[in-house]
Amino acid sequence: MDTASSTAATPAKPWTPPAAPAAVVQRTPALDKALPFIGPVVLFIIWDLVVRLGFIKAILLPPPIDALGALLSGLAGGPLLKDFAVTVWRTVQAFMIAAAVGMPLGVLLGSNEKAYRSVEFLIDFFRSTPSSALIPLFLMIFGVSDINKVAIAAFGALLIVVFNSAYGVINARKQRVMAAKVMGASRWQVFKDVLVWESLQPSFVGLRSAVSMALVIVIVAEMFIGADSGLGNRIINSQQVMNVKDMYASILAAGALGYALNILFLVLERRIVHWSGR
Amino acid sequence: MTQVLNAPVFADVPVREFQPGPAGTHITIRGLTKYFAGWPLYEDFNLDIPKHKIVSVFGPNGCGKSTLINMIAGLIPIDKGEILFDGKSLKDTKIGYVFQNYREAMFPWMRTIDNIAYPLKLEGKSKAEVDRRMAELVASFDVKFDLNRYPYELSGGQQQTASIMRALAPNPEVLFLDEPFSALDFEMTLFIREKLQEVFMQTGTTMLLVSHDLEEAVYLADQVLLLTKRPTRVAEILPYGDARPRTVETLSEPGFISTKKLSLEIFQREVRR
Repeated sequence: MDTASSTAATPAKPWTPPAAPAAVVQRTPALDKALPFIGPVVLFIIWDLVVRLGFIKAILLPPPIDALGALLSGLAGGPLLKDFAVTVWRTVQAFMIAAAVGMPLGVLLGSNEKAYRSVEFLIDFFRSTPSSALIPLFLMIFGVSDINKVAIAAFGALLIVVFNSAYGVINARKQRVMAAKVMGASRWQVFKDVLVWESLQPSFVGLRSAVSMALVIVIVAEMFIGADSGLGNRIINSQQVMNVKDMYASILAAGALGYALNILFLVLERRIVHWSGR
Repeated sequence: MTQVLNAPVFADVPVREFQPGPAGTHITIRGLTKYFAGWPLYEDFNLDIPKHKIVSVFGPNGCGKSTLINMIAGLIPIDKGEILFDGKSLKDTKIGYVFQNYREAMFPWMRTIDNIAYPLKLEGKSKAEVDRRMAELVASFDVKFDLNRYPYELSGGQQQTASIMRALAPNPEVLFLDEPFSALDFEMTLFIREKLQEVFMQTGTTMLLVSHDLEEAVYLADQVLLLTKRPTRVAEILPYGDARPRTVETLSEPGFISTKKLSLEIFQREVRR
């Protein structure tokens, strides 16, 4: 087959950088394609066996089919869908605030190293503080409200964005900056034509971690700050009434959401920062 | 009581008189001093670089060949001294610079054509002027690859060709080349060497070339500037006058061989010293 001949021909060719995705026509065998699914399938089989053989009581762990069924029927217009949407909306709000404030702030701080050094400790300190530890503080400021959950998630995500964007500018390739200077670029031109662009790739790394952080904090806040909606609220409520099927369905939904957001940002990064890694 | 009593005492240090270089000098370097980590790299260094000539800089490792052209190009600040281009300062002089590492000199977020046009845009040229100059450059470099690609989609030699085009786009008075061939394979080195020679014959742009390959240094040069170990001084300036275009035959001309041999002797003398 052509698969076999192309593999045989590869070693003879000199190495070339992987060009546009369209150029990579190499077809992978069916088994290779199946590899990513092996882990989840094995997990579900073990899960099923554990329940079937009675190692864990069905009242604590439902069979996987039931949990998946609850997830699908819930997302197909059931009440789970509403909570899912609420969590997505809160995460998106928090993330937008963090990105809109954090990226410009980070780039500005990064381009003025003295300014960055003077706030570096604060950023590093609060970045290292688990944001959930600040929930009581935010409760005092914003009260038990919807804004509170968005605010604390935005705060946690903001620091990550600021940190990454600032370091992106600080670690910009010195030679590109020199190249622009030698061509007669002013400080402002170096900033807008080189530094901002150089910082894009690390900024995207920051945005990706920030959206995960925002989701984590939103879920935690929904669990413990008197919410009446959202995935976190749903997980806690089903746990209280021992509705394990629904609880696992909500947990799987939260996991799927986090995973999807991560993939989304990877794809966005590859499209926007097309030169990354080349 | 208008007179100040006990005024501070000034020692009247005579300012050294500026010594202009001989006729045809383009870049005048006087009293250049540069310290690195407390040690002098250059101390009271003087040099005249002729106009419309190619000068190759050659010397022992760590003598600061690249540092010298970086200081002239304003990329590294100098501690003391004066560098003038036809009597003007760097600020009023248009220069072009070609880096050894083309990968980190081009802007990967711009298409190659926009990279080349970038210095023209900095000058505030209109689109029509930019387009005209780009067409000129493409014609004179006889470009065979697609300039609408991004730099990282091109081969090393193509990227270095593009960065030379970028450096030449604004018609600079001086072109600095910092080991432009050392990241390239032999075939591309030959190609770009010929391109540089063509460009020089067309425009007569003053060029300052740092090279670690003696043959290459002599082949392109009107003058070979040989430097000593640090603290760096001029060991010798060897003229090399064979007519251009120089070709493969030039490499076996007696003039070329003797200049190369003499350069090597001086180089070895300086390394052993």
